Amino acid sequence: MKIFDRETQSPPDARGRFGQFGGRFVPETLIPALDELEAAWTLARADPGYRKELTDLLENYAGRPTPLFQAERLVKALGLQARVYLKREDLLHTGAHKLNNTLGQALLARRMGKKRIIAETGAGQHGVATATVCALLGLECVVYMGAEDVVRQSPNVTRMGLLGAEVRPVEAGSRTLKDAMNEAIRDWVTNVRSTYYCIGSAAGPHPYPLLVRELQKIIGEEIAEQSLAREGRLPDAIVACVGGGSNAIGAFHRFASEKNTRLFGVEAAGHGLDSGKHGASLARGRPGVLHGSRSYLLQTDDGQVAEAHSISAGLDYPGVGPELSHLRDLGKLELLAATDVEALQAFQDLASTEGILCALETAHAIAALRYLPKLEFVVVNLSGRGDKDLDTIAKALLK
Amino acid sequence: MSPEMSRLSNAFSNARAEGRTALVCYAMGGDGDTAKLLRAIDDAGADVIELGLPFSDPIADGPTLQAAATRALKSGMTFKLLFAEAGSLKLRAPLVSMGYMNQVESMGVSVFAAAAARAGLAGVIVPDLPLEEAQPVREALAAVGIDLVPLVAPTTSPERAARIAATARGFLYYVSVTGVTGARTALPEDLAARLRDLRALSAAPVAVGFGISSPEQAAALKGHADGIVVGSAIVALHHAEGAAAVAALVRSLRAAL
Repeated sequence: MKIFDRETQSPPDARGRFGQFGGRFVPETLIPALDELEAAWTLARADPGYRKELTDLLENYAGRPTPLFQAERLVKALGLQARVYLKREDLLHTGAHKLNNTLGQALLARRMGKKRIIAETGAGQHGVATATVCALLGLECVVYMGAEDVVRQSPNVTRMGLLGAEVRPVEAGSRTLKDAMNEAIRDWVTNVRSTYYCIGSAAGPHPYPLLVRELQKIIGEEIAEQSLAREGRLPDAIVACVGGGSNAIGAFHRFASEKNTRLFGVEAAGHGLDSGKHGASLARGRPGVLHGSRSYLLQTDDGQVAEAHSISAGLDYPGVGPELSHLRDLGKLELLAATDVEALQAFQDLASTEGILCALETAHAIAALRYLPKLEFVVVNLSGRGDKDLDTIAKALLK
Repeated sequence: MSPEMSRLSNAFSNARAEGRTALVCYAMGGDGDTAKLLRAIDDAGADVIELGLPFSDPIADGPTLQAAATRALKSGMTFKLLFAEAGSLKLRAPLVSMGYMNQVESMGVSVFAAAAARAGLAGVIVPDLPLEEAQPVREALAAVGIDLVPLVAPTTSPERAARIAATARGFLYYVSVTGVTGARTALPEDLAARLRDLRALSAAPVAVGFGISSPEQAAALKGHADGIVVGSAIVALHHAEGAAAVAALVRSLRAAL
């Protein structure tokens, strides 16, 4: 397996801009820390020692490369014509793509001499992945999680505790991912000299959108390689769910300049795109600034950040990463959306036809398959497994 | 606009001419009776008044100002209402808004600048707008005679502080601690030295804020900065006891300076 084999492509530019998006909109206190992070990342990325250690962990600890599985029974059940493959990030250690990023960032933090790691989490997958690498490397770990998410993703709260992390429930605002990220930023502003902030989404101030993308883009690189081996060509389309967007940009980045591969981002339509209760920031937001960068944002006329809604905690976020915002403006990223109800149905469809319990976030990508145009060869990024969601699903199905 | 034409830097020079360190007082717009509170602060002798624009996601603020912003938003306060109210008050002290970048972004930079001018603002503080991103906002505000007040933090290097100071109009805001807004029992030991270094390289007056709540802390900082900012202590007192109690605190802060 080769990581960072292809050159980093622009965007972002030196200021962290993806077109009009990205940048650094944070308190001055954090600017020197972001400069330090950017410099450390540039050195690490070029360092054979860092690459070797990360590659070893990705292969022998996390389980890369992940399989590409053809979902024939699902396709038949849905009455689709395409050959649909699932990129099995759910089989990665800890059950989601998130570990790709936390392994890379934790090794970076250790190089930087930081012994305390903080993270925000929505569904809890990034929190678990951060707690996991902190246990592995012997680092202190504090995870901020919205109080609402603490309840609906309680298995992950238990997992983080068992891994030695401290989970701090956040009671402010909508008590979800957005508020967890606010609180993590406040912690970082306060403890910036000793603390490394491990962001889980390809969002936040520069260099995080770049850093997270570089660590997640292995998903798309493997998809390309496996597609060539299996089908002799690149896919006609890649489909991924979009919350903050780390699994999506990870799967998409390799194909951003491939003319014959279309990219479909599936957002949370919640109760419906016209209900006002959804998480579709790319489809229904307008440019704004949240959590350190400019991107599409759900907001009121008064410039207040709106509360998102999704049955899946990982998509319940009013912002989205700057690179996806840019790809949308370029017309390269095509938008789809799936409601809570559609995601629940897709979860059951996948479980009953392929024997895979996927995360509710991922179920949105499965649900969108029926809305795809006529294509022959499609890859869905199966970003995570669904154990964490069983309570939510059981409750929703009983309603 | 030249610094000597700035209403803000004038306020600092006037205090200095009277042998005082200037007092900057913060109030959260829309948290209770804002007009009454601003008048009380103005009458009690604040040199500059900071008007908080309540925002849903105030990442630079501690629990006191977060709670105040939430109350203000729940009561239905909006940008338009707050700016209209501010414009009608005709206060003696110059008014500086403190809001977040999305509030500027959402309106559009030039529309925000025009609205700020109609509201009679002398300055604007945006805590999540660092040097590298500030130019468009600074220029749009300067075009309507309003100062963009930049911030320097304890983590800012001297070279960077000099570059920030070179863009400062009105005053330069020094954040005393690494952290969010809110009262602290102790301020950093090297604060006086940091302020001395910063004043040496800044043509604009330097005000220090974050963590300062009592007349005793204010007295300890007298002469070490051109101004001090008191925020959370005023907001908490206003919420608990009302505008008259705030006026008493402002008078005792001013007396300590």
